[in-house]
Amino acid sequence: MTVVPSTAAATPAATPVKRRRLRFVANRKASIGLAVLGFFALLAIIGPWIAPYDPSGRSSDLLQGPSTAHWFGTTHLGQDIFSQVVVGTRSVMVVGFIAGLVATILSILVGVTSGYLAGAGSEMLSALSNVFLVLPALPLMIIITSTLPETSTLTIALVIGLTSWAWGARVLRAQTLSLRGRDYVEAARATGEKTWRIILFEILPNLTAVIASGFVGTVIFAVTLEITLAFIGVGAGGDWNWGTVLYWAQSQQALAQGAWWWFVPAGLAIALLGTALSLVNFGIDEFVSPRLRGGGKTNVKTADGRTVRMRVGFTPVLGNAEGREGS
Amino acid sequence: MTDAVLEIRGLNVDYGLGDEAVHAVRDVDLTLHRGEVLGLAGESGSGKSTLAYGLTRLLPPPGVIAGGEVLYHPDGGAPVDVLRMTLPELRKFRWAETAIVFQGAMNSLNPVHRISSQLTDVIKAHDPRSTPASRLARAREMLRLVGISADRLDSYPHQLSGGMRQRVMIGMALALEPKVVIMDEPTTALDVVVQRQILRQLVELRERLGFSVVFITHDLSLLVEFSDRIAIMYGGRIVEEATSADLYRDPLHPYSHGLLNSFPALRGPKRELTGIPGSPPDLRAMPPGCAFHPRCPHAMERCGVEVPVLGIPGDVRSGHDAGANEPAPADRTVACWLHPVHDDGL
Amino acid sequence: MSYLLKRIAFYVFTAWAAVTINFLIPRAIPGDPVQALITRSRGQMTSEAVQSLYVLFGLDKDASLVEQYFTYLGQLLRGDLGLSFTYFPSPVSQVIGDGLPWTLGLVGITTVLGFLIGTALGTGIGWRRGSWADALIPVTTFVSSIPYFWLGLIAIALLTGPDSFFPASGAYDGGLVPNPDPQFIGSVLRHGILPAFTILISSMAGWILSMRNMMVTVSSEDYVTVAHAKGLSDRRVMVGYAARNALLPNVSGFALSLGFIVGGTLLVEIVFSYPGLGLQLFQAVGAKDYPLMQGVFLIITLSVLLANFLADVAYLALDPRTRREG
Repeated sequence: MTVVPSTAAATPAATPVKRRRLRFVANRKASIGLAVLGFFALLAIIGPWIAPYDPSGRSSDLLQGPSTAHWFGTTHLGQDIFSQVVVGTRSVMVVGFIAGLVATILSILVGVTSGYLAGAGSEMLSALSNVFLVLPALPLMIIITSTLPETSTLTIALVIGLTSWAWGARVLRAQTLSLRGRDYVEAARATGEKTWRIILFEILPNLTAVIASGFVGTVIFAVTLEITLAFIGVGAGGDWNWGTVLYWAQSQQALAQGAWWWFVPAGLAIALLGTALSLVNFGIDEFVSPRLRGGGKTNVKTADGRTVRMRVGFTPVLGNAEGREGS
Repeated sequence: MTDAVLEIRGLNVDYGLGDEAVHAVRDVDLTLHRGEVLGLAGESGSGKSTLAYGLTRLLPPPGVIAGGEVLYHPDGGAPVDVLRMTLPELRKFRWAETAIVFQGAMNSLNPVHRISSQLTDVIKAHDPRSTPASRLARAREMLRLVGISADRLDSYPHQLSGGMRQRVMIGMALALEPKVVIMDEPTTALDVVVQRQILRQLVELRERLGFSVVFITHDLSLLVEFSDRIAIMYGGRIVEEATSADLYRDPLHPYSHGLLNSFPALRGPKRELTGIPGSPPDLRAMPPGCAFHPRCPHAMERCGVEVPVLGIPGDVRSGHDAGANEPAPADRTVACWLHPVHDDGL
Repeated sequence: MSYLLKRIAFYVFTAWAAVTINFLIPRAIPGDPVQALITRSRGQMTSEAVQSLYVLFGLDKDASLVEQYFTYLGQLLRGDLGLSFTYFPSPVSQVIGDGLPWTLGLVGITTVLGFLIGTALGTGIGWRRGSWADALIPVTTFVSSIPYFWLGLIAIALLTGPDSFFPASGAYDGGLVPNPDPQFIGSVLRHGILPAFTILISSMAGWILSMRNMMVTVSSEDYVTVAHAKGLSDRRVMVGYAARNALLPNVSGFALSLGFIVGGTLLVEIVFSYPGLGLQLFQAVGAKDYPLMQGVFLIITLSVLLANFLADVAYLALDPRTRREG
């Protein structure tokens, strides 16, 4: 490693934890993402109270475009689409959160165990997570959920959580393997520290960022999967979510009837939530690996007023030597 | 030995821009003579590697060169300023005139290409008219030069040991017969035996091929042994420059003294290892005056106020061990208030 | 070679796991789906067909679970996946055989193309970091968050219609008979463009982002600095040194996320009523056609495993460190 370029500029690794946390919130991407996420979380809580209509309630306004009475228009049965989207937020957020939580706990159990313990057991756990990783998730979910006698938001969340831990486990295993060889872990082992204490106090704290990013990734995955399942008609029976809105739009030929308002709002809501979650994950990535950080200005002005882009391999020259930059 | 090949004048290198800029190299003047080995020593963070990356313009963002000149004197030609070159000129200049051997023996070679292609692509880039056969022959020759058998050409970097990889890098550096080779801690990652072998080989090659070397390391005792002159850096500035013999015998700057006593000498009388108390300064919050004064055992009031200028010390007589009383030679300079500059009027 | 053998062993194991999951899940179905089918077929079913379905769904109560398992494996090896409820009385294997070429053609080609184009674009954006190209990143993030099927819906709403060049559904014009003449091939291409672009755009976005990040990371590796120091051309440094190394994690990422991507692309088939496995799966779900559902799951899984293996071979060819030369 070249010591000089990074140590002189970036903050040394010994920065107090508190300051590093603040820096994460100060990350523009992460804060935008968290703000949007907060908005959806709020909507999930208060949605049913602020929705102007009963999402399933019919009215005589059949297939109306957006208006002041129905912001997102109405369905073929006269249901208010705005209310459906607002009420549907809760199911989406609940599935994302529960599935993320279940999968994260499983991935920590499997990943850290198989990374820390050596031998056949570790290899078997690793093979198990690889199997779950390559099995195509959507068809697997379809055959599982269509077999279940009853599906609710909760069962969907649990099934997604129980089948989507493999990616996190794989990443955590790799990280744990590299942490296991570090001096301070070796030292703890040499002094006879108990295994669970080493894992809890020496390994896990160093995996926080990886775990967080795995959690956010699983939430993205779970939300997409739930909506997709609902769209093809597998999933929570009575509960509204964005996928159910799209399912009805598709099955009632909304497209052929030019009812764009029926599927655009739900789709944009999915994309917005997905983008927010991705932004949080970018924030975590940049937090963990400083190389990805934007680093503020990338264009510099030289003394004679030209603008030069900072780039690897050709350090810009400012000041008295008026270097002419070609190409 | 008086003929300059590379002249650095007033070089300033920053990390970042404007008010946030960290000044990692400040007002450095340094001359590399034809055929000599110039050692550059200092603790990590002293700016020695930044200086090397800066003068070759290889410093990654947010590094910028804030000012100065780096004059290269080609054989019999007019000097050119590396900092004023356009990108195509710089590409042509690189490796052909100034090659670099980097710190990490492990990471300097591209892991996915064979040794042969990494040796030949640089020849092709600088001489597009060469034939594949001639390039391969040259690559074979370079490997032989550094003592590696030619059948290693087909190997990938991961199949070579650390020492072999660093030899390949040295061979690669010499492939275009550059006038200057910059070495940034080339042997730090290697064990002592391999380190000695490679350095001995380097000295031999330099005698044979006549290039100049800028050798950067934190290990001053290593430099004392096989470089001609040594410059000591602290806090982004050069604090002392002298021939290795003078520096070893009589370090003037307290920092040089401390540095010299931080490593066991490889040969000669044993010294007591004392090290330097404290730690290198934070470049973002440099102490006023001489950057070393908070750690200096001889600090005076003046040291915390005024930055000492690098110059020929007025109080030192050359070879005072032998009882001679000549003024210090022109190639001996120091920046320390203990040894005020010759024409300072003090 | 030991690397490849290990991978093959892993894929065989995974295939076995998928088959076993397929065997166990229907045994949890409440009620008797076979009986429902027999009732619906109004006696047109041969007793052999009924027996085969009983084996598939574990309703052969006389046999122990282990016996059932081996009978089931034997039946699979003969290619007997039972009868489809929706396409009764066609066997599932025949139904899937009809759909598979369309899926392979559409999903297979677009997934690989999406990876290649996305990787190439990500290389350029990552290399010219800090230039105007960075402005594409927020857009790409947004696009990659859109579900595939929704993008397909939008494409249909905006680009198809009575006067449009693009058909909204199917794989070829209804009046044509599948055979390799120019008219048929032209029709297939015309029907394929929109679904293909939908998949391309949504799958590309992810590869752009991951390749861009890998390029940024690799650009500060020592060997890239050495390549600059050697005075190599910008192109050679970008392609031969930076991109060549940044590609490796992207290829293994491709292999690992194939299962996920394929799920998304199957949905595009549904939206465009494209007669591949995705549409069949959709119809099977609607009709509770368990044999077809399971058959599709099995075939998709095996195809993904095969694709995964090919990606492994590609990785092996790209990274000399995984090769054992002796």
